[in-house]
Amino acid sequence: MNEMDPLSWLPVHTDLGAAIGEARRASAAPTRLAAAMRLAGFRRDFTLTGRLDRLAAEELDRIATRMATAPAGLTPVRIALLASHTVDHLVPSIRVAGLCRGVAAAVHVAPYGLYRQALLGADPALDAFAPQLVVLALDAHDSRLQVTLDASEAEVDDAVQQRVAELRRLWKAARERYSARVVQQTLVPVDLPLFGAFDGLVPGSPLAVTERLNAALRAAARAEGVLLLDLAWQVARQPFGAGVGEPVRWHQAKQLVSPALAPWYGELLARIAAGAVGRSRKCLVLDLDNTLWGGVVGDDGVDGIRLGQGTPIGEAFSAFQAYVQALAKRGVILAVCSKNDATVAEAGFAHPEMTLRRGDIAAFVANWEDKASNLRAIARTLNIGLDSLVFVDDNPAERDIVRRELPEVAVPELPDDVAEYAARLAASGYFEAVSFTSDDASRGRSYALNAERAASLSHATDLDGYLRGLDMTLAASPVDAAALPRVTQLINKTNQFNLTTRRYTEAEVERLASDPAVVALALRLSDKFGDNGLISVVIARPDGALAGDELLIDSWLMSCRVLGRQVEEATLGALIAAASRLGAVALIGEYRPSGRNAMVAAHYERLGFSSRPAPSDAEAGATFWRLDIGGAALPPHFIKVVST
Amino acid sequence: MNETQILEALTQVFRDVFDDDDIVLTAATTAQDVEGWDSQAHVNLIVAAEMRFGVRFRTAELESLHDVGQFARLIESKQRGA
Repeated sequence: MNEMDPLSWLPVHTDLGAAIGEARRASAAPTRLAAAMRLAGFRRDFTLTGRLDRLAAEELDRIATRMATAPAGLTPVRIALLASHTVDHLVPSIRVAGLCRGVAAAVHVAPYGLYRQALLGADPALDAFAPQLVVLALDAHDSRLQVTLDASEAEVDDAVQQRVAELRRLWKAARERYSARVVQQTLVPVDLPLFGAFDGLVPGSPLAVTERLNAALRAAARAEGVLLLDLAWQVARQPFGAGVGEPVRWHQAKQLVSPALAPWYGELLARIAAGAVGRSRKCLVLDLDNTLWGGVVGDDGVDGIRLGQGTPIGEAFSAFQAYVQALAKRGVILAVCSKNDATVAEAGFAHPEMTLRRGDIAAFVANWEDKASNLRAIARTLNIGLDSLVFVDDNPAERDIVRRELPEVAVPELPDDVAEYAARLAASGYFEAVSFTSDDASRGRSYALNAERAASLSHATDLDGYLRGLDMTLAASPVDAAALPRVTQLINKTNQFNLTTRRYTEAEVERLASDPAVVALALRLSDKFGDNGLISVVIARPDGALAGDELLIDSWLMSCRVLGRQVEEATLGALIAAASRLGAVALIGEYRPSGRNAMVAAHYERLGFSSRPAPSDAEAGATFWRLDIGGAALPPHFIKVVST
Repeated sequence: MNETQILEALTQVFRDVFDDDDIVLTAATTAQDVEGWDSQAHVNLIVAAEMRFGVRFRTAELESLHDVGQFARLIESKQRGA
């Protein structure tokens, strides 16, 4: 139970080995996978992780080859590892970590060291695998830059840029061949100092060269929309000693990562894969007493809780609050779930040393109900799934109950010392991001405004009056370069209000948006409380299975924070306007059930579409809908629509 | 731990690494006798044994670990020295 354990946030099982042995006896592969999903959430070394992988393997392989469908809670992802160091021993850990993160990972390992050939030459096995994520797992031993120890800074820069240009060609190949998202691993500094501290002042020293190369890689990755597996940073701050870049493992088996740290590496990669398919968590739910402040506000009074400057414990709680607030500023939604009288809990926020403000909290639940029910209520209030929640509570009994009642909720173990809370939350990686937009930065404010809107609703006498009073404006504009990152982000992380759950890379969205036969709309909503930002995307395109004057609504998705505001109705109007400009006479709607989007099953029916048969090439379970543009009686709404 | 106790504990390490409860080890067991004991599994065995017994094998010692008896004797001598 300390930070020396690479999976410190996972709870300890009383006898995980025996539980795996028990689960192995189940004859049905889906049952064994379900057991592996449950048991993967416990603290495990690489041996136990390997056994869990074998438990899940048969069904994971069947899912990868489409002989079976993934269970609810897992999204299939095909990951290709192209490496300059041995990675075969890391595969079980990647797949098992995937089970913890909502990902059914299929992992393909390209032949050792042949990452260039795999992407630039012919690799039929990789073609057949058709990766969605291509991971370039490189190390500092590989392709040493040809610079002498006395090279000038300019010479080193030159060599670095050449190497980065080569990698950019590989990234481009991965994107063009497979439409894959690329993940570039940064180089772990494995060289020893030659001069001592003076290495940092010698541009050509191996350590300095690696550092410069990593900096250039990060800059290039940012420019190209490539994700990072930033192993160099992870290793720099990992406190559990050797295990990466151990000479003995390198000499023995060209392993950059020791088997002992395989579960940790698997976690780092699986959380990126999860983020790429919209499986990262969105909301941090916090207990109050002894989690956000020291003491029990109901017993000790507002003046008695420990918080702020002056005492080590008070400063430690303030530091944790500061970290939580920083998470909110990057887009994590905050909620409170506390066993307290509501007025007492609210009073705690009036403490003069509080860093967090009441306005930072999007959903505030303080009562004496059980926490599982309250977490359900929080998810409902925020219109997000239980699988988007991370629950942080200092009380082990509460954590245990929530894990048992709501296995979808992530519940990290907390260390005994509050000074370690923030580091533990960071290590757990539940909020791994694959993008950051200005919308993320203002999300907390947006949810707080929602709370004000809800209050305004309870004052209004009728719903129509409330909606009319919001003075809403919907701006519909073609997806342009400026909107591209946020549009791509919404496409890849929206789960509930998403009619087809088609995921696209930025390059694919750009291709669709620039096609004159395609309608690709970005929708922004503002109201009298403020700007909600870019909250919805609609893509409609011609389809070979349909008539030439029909447009298929390929994608329609919306952020759940503007649900119940008639945005769908207003969006339909904007879509029809854009479609008729292209000469279309009918819109064809498609609903593909994903296990997470049941809320929009009746979306097209509600908007006045009529049911029609599915085209022959449609996905099983999908329903299709038709709306004649000319004769459509559009559903009423109270939103002013501005099309540009 | 004496050699018998080490052999017993080592058997459990092998069973865990190969996820096979039927593995029975003797001092003479070699890679040929255990299905899946390839070079990658060999590294796994070494690291798992290091973690189980709290010892570290030196690079020079890795080449001498051809049968289970050598494994057990090396662990025993390291524990005695520790």
